[in-house]
Amino acid sequence: MMKCKKCGIKASVNMRHHKMALCKEHYLEWIPEQTERFIKKYEMFKREEKILVAVSGGKDSLSLWDILIRLGYQADGVYLGLGIDGGVEYSHESQKLTEQFAQQRNLKLHIVDVEKEYGQSIPMLAEKTHRGYGKPCSVCGLAKRHEMNRIARDLGYDVLATGHNLDDEAAVLFGNTLSWEGTYLQRQSPVLAESNGLARKVKPLCRFYERDMAAYAMLSGIEYIYEECPFSVGSTSIYYKEMLNQLENQRPGAKLTFYLRFLEAKNSGLFAQPIAVEFATHLCQKCGQPTSAPDLCSFCRMIEKVSLEN
Amino acid sequence: MVEWRLKEINLAVKLILRKQEFEVRPGMTLLSALKKCNILPESVLATREGEMIEEDEILKDGDIIKLVAVISGG
Ligand SMILES: [Zn+2]
Ligand SMILES: [Zn+2]
Repeated sequence: MMKCKKCGIKASVNMRHHKMALCKEHYLEWIPEQTERFIKKYEMFKREEKILVAVSGGKDSLSLWDILIRLGYQADGVYLGLGIDGGVEYSHESQKLTEQFAQQRNLKLHIVDVEKEYGQSIPMLAEKTHRGYGKPCSVCGLAKRHEMNRIARDLGYDVLATGHNLDDEAAVLFGNTLSWEGTYLQRQSPVLAESNGLARKVKPLCRFYERDMAAYAMLSGIEYIYEECPFSVGSTSIYYKEMLNQLENQRPGAKLTFYLRFLEAKNSGLFAQPIAVEFATHLCQKCGQPTSAPDLCSFCRMIEKVSLEN
Repeated sequence: MVEWRLKEINLAVKLILRKQEFEVRPGMTLLSALKKCNILPESVLATREGEMIEEDEILKDGDIIKLVAVISGG
């Protein structure tokens, strides 16, 4: 029987990558303690700063919000209604769970509905712009980034926190390494400093395995959306995660080492700054966010194109 | 009649993952059961009667193990 490292009773969670098993009580203490350690280590934010947590209704973002509140930070939430149904009312369900989470804990939640704001849901935008027909993930990513930046800035938050876990980061790193995306590799980090009026971005969960985050959500009784986004089925990121888990299965700790060694290598100068920084040289004439284009950012350009066609 | 009784005594262990169901012999560990069903232990959490269980847990006759997929896209 596996025993809790701290108290010796039967363990609920075993983390082979840390050679450590913990009981429910000690696990629910350990995760926030570690989060606090990472927040300090990577200088993510201070107690007096206002944090906006991007919540999707999934296990990671709701757990992140829960942890930050437990740690005593000032954290509000923002939920972006994407209008994705996929036969399982995906967006509707995840919004309901997010609202319920906020209500039960008396937290402040901002809700932005893409369709109400721009006249089109994400699947509609994807179809009309022909950016990924039937696979709106790129439009969705663009809209999420744009809207999260906008809301954090308009409402005066210092920091935007997202629930990316280690498996998310390792999968992105793996993809970018396969094609040697120098610019993306250079930018992948637990903290992105604020620039051009955009809030600082942080990923406090970036060192926790996805399995460990699911265990945290489950053991702390957080009700999250278990249904997958219908569009993510068969996505490259899921494929990379599975591959990395095969590796992890044979070599416990391989995922964590892959990510941490990358951060170390980057800090010691393995990836030089690109010679010409092409992005963020202009400000979008419509929304004011940084862009490489001289007039409109790609999000505003997409919205304009769609409204012209109507 | 006898056959029917034998079947009932010889219950198996059932593992449920989303809409899939698997059956394994009782007496093996959760880790062996996952291996038999071709499920990576890194990609699931297992619960029995609402309690989370770990890899070395011995599965017993009639156990129903609910597996929670932990990998999501994004
Ligand atoms: Zn303990
Ligand atoms: Zn713009």
